[in-house]
Amino acid sequence: MEKVFTRPNSLKDMPMHYCPGCTHGIVHRLVAEVIDEMDMFDRAIAVASVGCSVFAYEYFYCDAYQASHGRAPAVATGIKRVLPDRLVFTYQGDGDLASIGTGEVVHAAARGEKFTAIYINNAIYGMTGGQMAPTSLMGQVTITTPYGRDRENNGFPVRMSEMLALLDGSAYVTRVSVHSPASVGKAKKAIRKAFEVQMAGLGFSIVEVLSSCPTNWGLPPLKALKWLEENMIPYYPLGELKIAAEVV
Amino acid sequence: MGRVTFRENRCKGCELCKAFCPKGIIVMASRINSMGFHPATVEEEDMNKCTGCAICARMCPDLVIEVEKEEKKVG
Amino acid sequence: MAKMLMKGNEAIGEGAIRAGCRYFFGYPITPQSELPHYLAKKMPEVGGLYLQAESETASINMVFGAAGAGARVMTSSSGPGISLMQEGISYLAGAELPCVIVNIIRGGPGLGNIAPAQSDYFQAVKGGGHGDYRLIVLAPASVQEIIDLMGDAFDLADKYRNPVMLMGDGVLGQMMEPVELAGEKEITIPKKPWASTGRMGRKDKRLISSLQIVPENCEKHNIKLFEKYAVAGQNEQRWEEYCLEDAELVLVAFGTAARICKAVVDTCRAEGRAVGLLRPVTLWPFPVKAFEKTIATAKRYLSVEMSMGQMVEDVRLAVNGRRPVSFYGRVGGMLPVARDIYNEVQKLLARGKA
Repeated sequence: MEKVFTRPNSLKDMPMHYCPGCTHGIVHRLVAEVIDEMDMFDRAIAVASVGCSVFAYEYFYCDAYQASHGRAPAVATGIKRVLPDRLVFTYQGDGDLASIGTGEVVHAAARGEKFTAIYINNAIYGMTGGQMAPTSLMGQVTITTPYGRDRENNGFPVRMSEMLALLDGSAYVTRVSVHSPASVGKAKKAIRKAFEVQMAGLGFSIVEVLSSCPTNWGLPPLKALKWLEENMIPYYPLGELKIAAEVV
Repeated sequence: MGRVTFRENRCKGCELCKAFCPKGIIVMASRINSMGFHPATVEEEDMNKCTGCAICARMCPDLVIEVEKEEKKVG
Repeated sequence: MAKMLMKGNEAIGEGAIRAGCRYFFGYPITPQSELPHYLAKKMPEVGGLYLQAESETASINMVFGAAGAGARVMTSSSGPGISLMQEGISYLAGAELPCVIVNIIRGGPGLGNIAPAQSDYFQAVKGGGHGDYRLIVLAPASVQEIIDLMGDAFDLADKYRNPVMLMGDGVLGQMMEPVELAGEKEITIPKKPWASTGRMGRKDKRLISSLQIVPENCEKHNIKLFEKYAVAGQNEQRWEEYCLEDAELVLVAFGTAARICKAVVDTCRAEGRAVGLLRPVTLWPFPVKAFEKTIATAKRYLSVEMSMGQMVEDVRLAVNGRRPVSFYGRVGGMLPVARDIYNEVQKLLARGKA
């Protein structure tokens, strides 16, 4: 018998603090597998943000930074401008990237900053206890929208990838999901492509990963993935939104 | 022919592996681990149904599962 | 040695480049914009980077990244922008990152105006950002001193692994004065064995972070920071003494206010009055040693500021009740006029005689 699946080397062998069934664990593993396969552990620099994944720097045990809320793209800009040959990635949730940090990610993309944003969209704020996110769906009940998100008070959910795809500095913008084995496989390919775009110096890359939050959605893990598939994908369509001409 | 091993003390009982196993051979054990979860497992008598597809391992958020597969014997 | 006429804001940039700074991230704001303009031109000439960020919030976080990666890096702004940077400054101090932040103070609060002020003193030395930390704060009073202090700023930042602030005001930033520029010399930037650069085969992992989730560790970290600050407090106090040896009335002023006070001291001395000027060059650590030197002869202190009275509180702390401390100031971009300071001095001297 030969081993066909083992843990990746680029992820620290330690228990992760995420909730049961939280897809952060899957995405962490995919990023680490890609770093392994590209043999980039020594060049990798992780920029953790603020959210459930604030401790991501413990798990991605390459060199790392912990950035203030929303500002990881600015921190990544500073790092990559000083160390242009490293593989720099941010790992951000929907509060970090689509709320407080919208300015930073938009301008990093506009400038074509050569790092990759891994954007975890689970339509809610996890770490702080289940508040509405800019990505929460219309009608979605959260602890700050107890009557359901409504357009009068809260406006509409934000599709970050579509916005970022409009910018010329964006070299690769794609949206994937991790609700099924097939989608997990596609997510991994997207992360690989994004990292390759970065190392080819083509510009800004972002992989938006539709993810679940069983705890704050109030659903068991499998039902949460079903909710994701049935509710989030129609609003946040999967697929590549921007591929720069030079990306093969 | 495949074999899966579970690091039971890492399992949080999320049941995603069980849901996605194409052969339906993963069950949640009646015992509980040190975190208080029922860990996923495959009973030994069902292990021969394992194809080593590793779908369980790919859906596991906690890197609980290792997968082995027998080399296909080429005639 | 070359001697040339330089504008204050540009001298900051020139001083930074001569200190080996090769990264500037900033956002335009009056009255400091000549500094980014200067660096936009000069940085590419020396193989450095000038990056115009989208905001001051972005700027200070780009500084965080570049400093963590081991570079000599700076940013600059004025009051409203420095306010936006406060979270980033707290993070920089917590993560023990060296960098230089320049504040060319303008009238406030709020949008205020673009005229000179000194009303960001509290913000710089008493926090501004959240949590227990300190900034080393340098306050030049001439364009020459700007050039000299910029080198010190980067050295101090590296020595203490802490952000350093250079405080100016709109007068200093805009004025032109002759400066002597030392010939080009070898810049020695200290090694940074803590910089997070990608492991590149290194055995240990390096993390740049201000997160201290375990309270016991957070306390230890704060104590460690303050041990650093204690050393800086002992060793880095700087000030200028002007006619201070026998001064009975000591003017205390920094930056542009100090220049005006010098004229007042000269007038008083010409009239045979024992008036002197104590000019803090470090606003933090506050030059308490200078006060100890003067306390024997001084009968009274007068803090002269371009604010509603901020440094005067530190003067009171340093004097510690031993002598009366007064305040005179103008705000909102109005400069204290030598004649008015002189009149204030006369009033206080008369009081002393009664």
